[in-house]
Amino acid sequence: MKRIILAMFLIGLAVPGHAIDEGQAFADPEMQARYEGIISEVRCLVCQNQTIKDSNVFLAADLRREIRRLLSEGKSNADISEFLVSRYGDFVLYRPPMRGKTLILWLAPFLLIGFGIVVVIRVLRGRMSMSIDDDNEPAST
Amino acid sequence: MSRFLVPIVVFAIMIPIFIIGLGRNKSELPSPLISAQAPTFTLPSLRDENVFVGSESYKGKVALVNVWATWCAACRTEHPYLMELARRGDVPIFGLNWRDQREPALDWLAQLGDPYFEIAYDEDGRVGIDWGVYGAPETFLIGTDGTVLFKYISPMNERVWQQEFLPRIQAAEGVN
Repeated sequence: MKRIILAMFLIGLAVPGHAIDEGQAFADPEMQARYEGIISEVRCLVCQNQTIKDSNVFLAADLRREIRRLLSEGKSNADISEFLVSRYGDFVLYRPPMRGKTLILWLAPFLLIGFGIVVVIRVLRGRMSMSIDDDNEPAST
Repeated sequence: MSRFLVPIVVFAIMIPIFIIGLGRNKSELPSPLISAQAPTFTLPSLRDENVFVGSESYKGKVALVNVWATWCAACRTEHPYLMELARRGDVPIFGLNWRDQREPALDWLAQLGDPYFEIAYDEDGRVGIDWGVYGAPETFLIGTDGTVLFKYISPMNERVWQQEFLPRIQAAEGVN
């Protein structure tokens, strides 16, 4: 019992795991929230399925440093996106801007869903208009 | 029978899309710098920290900007080919030593040879970010007007040189 209490006490002492950067980047909570929002939307290009918030590759650390610098210089989120896209291309953003080249990315899900709905409707219509003892199934003969 | 026609048409459309999609090398991303003005910079020289080198060093020339580091195994693979290019002397090679340490980098050049006419020492990777570098080696071809004509990600070799670099270099020099 004592051991269990000790174990629980020790668990309580453990500090919750923190992000890669030590401590807070900004004293101002609003700036910190903006910073965290931005870095969780930027792709780490070395490890392409991670954000730079989650990656500890040096390039991700460098990009976080640059974003901190831009934020402390008073740049807007749009400025920071532009900074990244002009260097690394649209792929660096998890939410790429909607423009000619990326339009297919944004429209494809809706086109596919629309296509699926059309197919379902056509199949259901076909089924409903079938009479039961029609010779549609070869198994019936 | 039209009930078979639709799936066959859909299939016929999808196959080329998948073939193109699978054939692409996803780690090679298109650079937005292509055809744009290359970012200018000034950095300490790798060889001498009191000397500053940068985009002025190759101004007005067709040049290669080669991003390398001693921690990069593929750069070691590439190195003999850069030595070969330097020996031919067609195009000057500017080195961008990226996120590296000075001493090992100088040792590397002493051991393997030095193909670069100048080397900038980008210790904190800031110039690398301006150039959209995300790996090494990367090689940029810069035109006489300072635009980026081409970017190659991966070790250089004779095939890439013949197919991608030479035609662009000849076109760039032919204009002037």
